[in-house]
Amino acid sequence: MSELITADAADLAGRIARREVSSVEVTTAHLDRIAAVDPTIHAFLSVDEQGALEQAAAVDARIAAGETVGPLAGVPLALKDVLAQRGVPTTAGSRILEGWRPPYNATVTQRLLDAGIVILGKTNMDEFAMGSSTENSAYGPTYNPWDLTRVPGGSGGGSAAALAAFEAPLAIGTDTGGSIRQPAGFTGTVGIKPTYGGTSRFGQIALASSLDQPGPCGRTVLDTALLHEVIAGYDPMDQTSLDAPVPPVVRAARSGDVTGLRIGVVRELGGEGYAPEVEANFHATVEMLADLGAEVVEVSCPNFEYALAAYYLILPSEASSNLARFDAMRYGLRVGDDGTRSTEQVMALTREAGFGAEVKRRIIIGTYALSAGYRDAYYGSAQKVRTLVQQDFAAAFAQADVLVSPTTPTPAFRMGERVDDPMAMYLNDLCTIPTNLAGNAAASFPSGLTTDGLPLGFHVMAPHLADDRLYRVGAALERRLSATWGGPLLRKVPALPTTTPATTMTEGVTR
Amino acid sequence: MSDPILSYEEALAAYEPVMGLEVHVELNTASKMFCGCSAEFGAPPNTHTCPVCLGLPGSMPAINGKAVESAIRMGLALNCSIAEWCRMSRKNYFYPDMPKDYQTSQYDEPIAYDGHLDVELDDGEVFRVEIERAHMEEDAGKLTHLGGETGRLHGADYSLLDYNRAGVPLIEIVTKPIIGAGARAPEVARRYVETVRDLMRALGVSDVRMNEGSLRCDANVSLRPWGREKLGTRTETKNINSFRSIEGAVTYEIQRQAALLQDGGTIQQCTRNWLEHLGETSFGRSKEEAEDYRYFPEPDLVPIAPSREWVEELRATLPEDPTKKRHRLQAEWGFSDLEMRDVVNAGALGLVESTVAAGASAQAARKWWTTELSRRANEAGTTLDELGITPAQVAGVQALVEAGTINDKLARQVFDGILAGEGEPEQVVATRGLAVVSDDGALAAAVDKAIAANPDVADRIRGGRVQAAGALIGAVMKEMRGQADAGRVREIILDKLG
Repeated sequence: MSELITADAADLAGRIARREVSSVEVTTAHLDRIAAVDPTIHAFLSVDEQGALEQAAAVDARIAAGETVGPLAGVPLALKDVLAQRGVPTTAGSRILEGWRPPYNATVTQRLLDAGIVILGKTNMDEFAMGSSTENSAYGPTYNPWDLTRVPGGSGGGSAAALAAFEAPLAIGTDTGGSIRQPAGFTGTVGIKPTYGGTSRFGQIALASSLDQPGPCGRTVLDTALLHEVIAGYDPMDQTSLDAPVPPVVRAARSGDVTGLRIGVVRELGGEGYAPEVEANFHATVEMLADLGAEVVEVSCPNFEYALAAYYLILPSEASSNLARFDAMRYGLRVGDDGTRSTEQVMALTREAGFGAEVKRRIIIGTYALSAGYRDAYYGSAQKVRTLVQQDFAAAFAQADVLVSPTTPTPAFRMGERVDDPMAMYLNDLCTIPTNLAGNAAASFPSGLTTDGLPLGFHVMAPHLADDRLYRVGAALERRLSATWGGPLLRKVPALPTTTPATTMTEGVTR
Repeated sequence: MSDPILSYEEALAAYEPVMGLEVHVELNTASKMFCGCSAEFGAPPNTHTCPVCLGLPGSMPAINGKAVESAIRMGLALNCSIAEWCRMSRKNYFYPDMPKDYQTSQYDEPIAYDGHLDVELDDGEVFRVEIERAHMEEDAGKLTHLGGETGRLHGADYSLLDYNRAGVPLIEIVTKPIIGAGARAPEVARRYVETVRDLMRALGVSDVRMNEGSLRCDANVSLRPWGREKLGTRTETKNINSFRSIEGAVTYEIQRQAALLQDGGTIQQCTRNWLEHLGETSFGRSKEEAEDYRYFPEPDLVPIAPSREWVEELRATLPEDPTKKRHRLQAEWGFSDLEMRDVVNAGALGLVESTVAAGASAQAARKWWTTELSRRANEAGTTLDELGITPAQVAGVQALVEAGTINDKLARQVFDGILAGEGEPEQVVATRGLAVVSDDGALAAAVDKAIAANPDVADRIRGGRVQAAGALIGAVMKEMRGQADAGRVREIILDKLG
């Protein structure tokens, strides 16, 4: 395994800027790694070899010309396939968008490119970001690099697995109910859901507009913070984006000082239903923070109990509307258009073939929840619960600077274990969902391994626009735990079987 | 197949009509409601589109502040309250001309509500129409169905889609039930929509052209036996596209529903289409097929909360009420009702006003704009505003006519010159050599020539038939290429032959 693919993004960027190594070399090393391990991991849906090498060469040329480049210029990145990238296949993990190449860039994509970051390809995900395991991808599941019989989490399993398999040092995810944080927890990586409105959603294929948020994923706290600064900030194309300064996340990631920070342990996010190893690791981590000078308090958020139910009404309601445009009329898949069928018949056949079971389930739930006569009872009640959850957060943040919980009630589960039990699958996002309902910031940081060698995540939540507090806590933990582990947790990932591909990899959907 | 109808008099004897009118006004903002694409009418299909107005996956709307401003001004002009806080909502339904398969509209939180509009009827009586609400929404694209006989979707071989109109800002103005108009209901309907048109034109927020769809009307009509409280079942005639048709559609629905009710039948709640060539409505969709729109607040947009200061600033910019202004100007100008209506219908009120301000008499200004210049605008397929002649130029031409430099006929040539870019009126007269000849020597020579060429006419004049002089004047004018003072020519002829 080339040293170039295990290095930190910050380190790589520095070496590229100093011309100790070229971006083309770094990019090539990652493309080779993808070719070798991705047939096993399946983190990528498409690899844009040509585009990546062109961008890398352009960065090298700018550096050679003496231009000043950004702090991550020339570093490769894996982009979740839910973000539009001009001319590159963008599917949201769905058959219905197979072969679609957007004519425009998402704002996040554009900011990455402007910063000289090299986009290697698009990563696998649960279809339209619906799922907690990446088993709902229409193009087949992604495997957890820590244990190939287990899921990497979802919906951003591809992005998290790409980091853990050393296929990319940076990745972008999107988080609607935990889709950045839960896979980060399952793969021993860092995942941040910024404050709602902190990053632009323009060009992100919408699941639920009021909950979705793109965010940075990395292997170290500093790398993630540097990426955060690249993608964050006001975008006039997204009116829900916040016209406010980006919180000082890089400074916080470099500081890692938690002295006097009040840490609120949420009473309702623990106990019954939480794996004993998860609980033990969580309490050990809290004690570690107390050791480092943080003040620990217990807080209560009584309405979190209803958050999951409210989420599973609001999300499908918005999704049923957002997904209506996939009607076979203008782009993507079209089935049954043989000249004998009506518009409605072609639309029905296309949706039958193009949408997976989970997507259909949620469209039906959402359509029902918004329908005349039921809207007040379902959608309306869920919005009231949402307000109560926001009030819980406000009260808790009056007592604590950040709130903490395990990222998930259990470590990564086995492939197929929960596919036939949607409710069991939904419960996985118990700890992460309240944040999306309230719109505040949250993160998952690696906090240890189970006796079976599976990563565990520590979940930190911060008030609106206080994203920097997450990084302070993450950096403190990272320093202390690296000392214990003798380096980053990811050093402990088992070696992956590698294959030499028979043919050169080209852009397009790989299976 | 026509439905049976009752005569209008019999219908009104038995039933009281109640109406509800929905008027859609397309705003004339430079860009669309939610993106920067041009909202201009008439561009080649699908050239004014982008990921946002095409509803491509991932795209998001950003609201056009100018459209909100126009909506507020419109609401104020309709005497409405302006919401302190409101939101856009999604109206979910499928139609191929709607890129996102939902329309971004307003539902329970319109920007303007509870207003009224005073409508002056043809005889001067004023009827007050109560306004329920005016809300903002986006227009859909345009579908053209080809291959069928009717131009409708049913029976078409294929359909073409033009998304240039998709996302153009619309305001929908909804009245409360219009009760009390009695037999004058059709006239009230027509005059209401005309008054809305005048108001929007005065505000400058819309082109209000029914033929281009920038003003569209749906008319709800129901009947109830006189004296009964409960409203009858209504029908909704959709997309009526001329003022005459509004009156016709309401009249027809009253007669059709009355015949049904008289016959012991019941009215089916449905939409209807207006068939201009038959003067009838036809069945559209029934209520049973009506959709559940599953409205909910648009999560991609933040709420709209116009500050009270802004609303008051906008109120201060409102133009004079068009009805009051029309009365004032008509009195000042001394126009007959017919003359005034001609000016308004030609869309020339403002132009006449400016022409008078530039020094022309009201009658002259009216005459030029409603005859000669209207004809030219029609021929060029444009509007008076965009014809290319300014009120100051019209006043300049008229001043030359009154000074005797040119006559009306020559004035037309001056307009030709102005339109051809030859400059201001005096310049055109000079370069084209259009000034009237009043040199008696030249005129006398031309008269002699005309007398010589028409000896029989000259004899008749000598015999006392003075009216025959017209033929000689014509010959002289022809000789002089129109550039002669006709009055002086007549005097010279009568001198010579009298």
